[in-house]
Amino acid sequence: MAPLALQPVALAVFLVLFVFVTVLGFMGARWRRGDRDTLHEWGLGGQRFGTLISWFLLGGDLYTAYTFVAVPALVFGAGAIGFFAVPYTIIIYPILFTVFPRLWRICKRHGYLTAPEFVRGRFDSPALSLAVAVTGILATMPYIALQLVGMQVVIAALGIEGSGIWADAPLFVAFLVLAAFTYTSGLRAPAIIAVVKDLLIYATVIAAAIVIPMHLGGWGKIFASVPAAKLTLPVPGAHTLGSYGAYATLALGSALALFLYPHSMTGILAASGSRVLKRNAALLPIYSLMLGVLALMGFMALAEGVSKMPQFAAGFAQYKGNFAVPALLLAAFPGWFAGVAFAAIAIGALVPASIMSIATANIFTRDIYRAFLKPQATDAQESGMAKLVSLLVKLGALMFILVLPASTAIQFQLLGGIWIIQTLPAVMLGLSRMRLRPGALLAGWASGMVVGTAMAASTAFKSAIFPLHLAGGFIAPGYAALYALIVNLIVSLLLSAVLNALRKPSRRMLDPAARFEF
Amino acid sequence: MPTAPRPRATYWRLLLIIPVLAVLWVPAFNRAGPALWGFPFFYWYQMLWVILCSVVAAGVFLLEERRHPTRDDA
Repeated sequence: MAPLALQPVALAVFLVLFVFVTVLGFMGARWRRGDRDTLHEWGLGGQRFGTLISWFLLGGDLYTAYTFVAVPALVFGAGAIGFFAVPYTIIIYPILFTVFPRLWRICKRHGYLTAPEFVRGRFDSPALSLAVAVTGILATMPYIALQLVGMQVVIAALGIEGSGIWADAPLFVAFLVLAAFTYTSGLRAPAIIAVVKDLLIYATVIAAAIVIPMHLGGWGKIFASVPAAKLTLPVPGAHTLGSYGAYATLALGSALALFLYPHSMTGILAASGSRVLKRNAALLPIYSLMLGVLALMGFMALAEGVSKMPQFAAGFAQYKGNFAVPALLLAAFPGWFAGVAFAAIAIGALVPASIMSIATANIFTRDIYRAFLKPQATDAQESGMAKLVSLLVKLGALMFILVLPASTAIQFQLLGGIWIIQTLPAVMLGLSRMRLRPGALLAGWASGMVVGTAMAASTAFKSAIFPLHLAGGFIAPGYAALYALIVNLIVSLLLSAVLNALRKPSRRMLDPAARFEF
Repeated sequence: MPTAPRPRATYWRLLLIIPVLAVLWVPAFNRAGPALWGFPFFYWYQMLWVILCSVVAAGVFLLEERRHPTRDDA
């Protein structure tokens, strides 16, 4: 098998764009300069991002490079089921509109920088807060690693190949760049880079939506080349919800989980006002349209027949379906434009990876370091610790990718989704006046974690879909995260009701929820 | 701590449930026809709801702001 050919023009364009955003990242430190020796400034950009910058920041944060590679890869390999990314990114906006402006206001008023900090204040429970913090960190680590996987695929497609210690050199360089500008500029760096990245991505997607169908004879021809079994979901047989259950629960469960991830929370809290979030609930769906077109690039790759082209054989052998989009871009576009598109994907990995490392650093600093280790920490000590942790987190992700196979990162990310959704009762229901008890929430969290992990283990961590057997031999295949969340909610609500019933009436007035104006 | 007046939610918000249900009820749209500009129904229906979801969110925002303007923005 011939190795992937070097793409000199694409590589040159790619490098120019990459250097450009690196410079931009460092300049971000000077943009709307604040005192970066406080965590509020370094880790949330001083909460000064208005509607437009928040739109770019959240867009770059929620629609990651890995999404750009993996969603079309799933459509390419499995067909219609991969399109669940579209309903998923529709459902997130009603959630953003109704739930998160309230969280923003409460966090702003009480000076909270992270979700676990809110949970600690709302429930007066360091243990519950710690559970939310650790879940957030665990769920984010493999997610950062996956961003690096997205970058790896692009680097391979450019035809850069080394052996031995040089094999991973490009990834190492990208990592150093990422680490350095995040360290100096904090959240301002990804915010400013996100603008460039999104413009490049939109250019790529619009060009792909126009040029490739022209070249293949129209959208109708593209869909006509897709086998019927892949074009729509298989109709479920009797006694099962079949693929319908999987499709709907994947969309709903992923949507409920999304804003619980620390990086989403950081993007939300960095907004300058709750109105910015509501406006963005109406404006961000533009990204979902783009994601829909990107997903369909999986079908374009099928129609183009890239997996059968000899020059891409080495890429498909190593990266499987994840190589579909890079191969399509190389096959359909001139070298310079492929370079633009690859830069969009690689820079698209830098933005969320940077925000994720900042978000985990914020959580470690506020909810573990200051909450348990050093309550008297000064502002400067706090921001110093966060900067250090952001480096360590990224180093961990890099090691993850270099030492373990990519499939391990994907399996951990699958688990991450199942885990992070278990913080929903504490964070989202915590925004209501419901009389929830921290002990009950902790028990619910633990049961959800155990049940969800067991469901994933029963598929040998290969699939997020668990075939739930109901009474009468009826099977309801569904996203394990959602099923585990239902267990969590039942335990949390029932146990809270029991604990409240047992509580002495005189102690009921002590509920910490009284401090919050919901 | 002084409590600022908080914007009151209105019943208009219930409209936001419509796009959610529209894309979760899979049997309603899992078919190839009728096609639009070459796109099978399954695909254009869901893409259309992206736009409609945005329209609903914008509508609810404007209706609520008219009654109770948010005042926490910088």
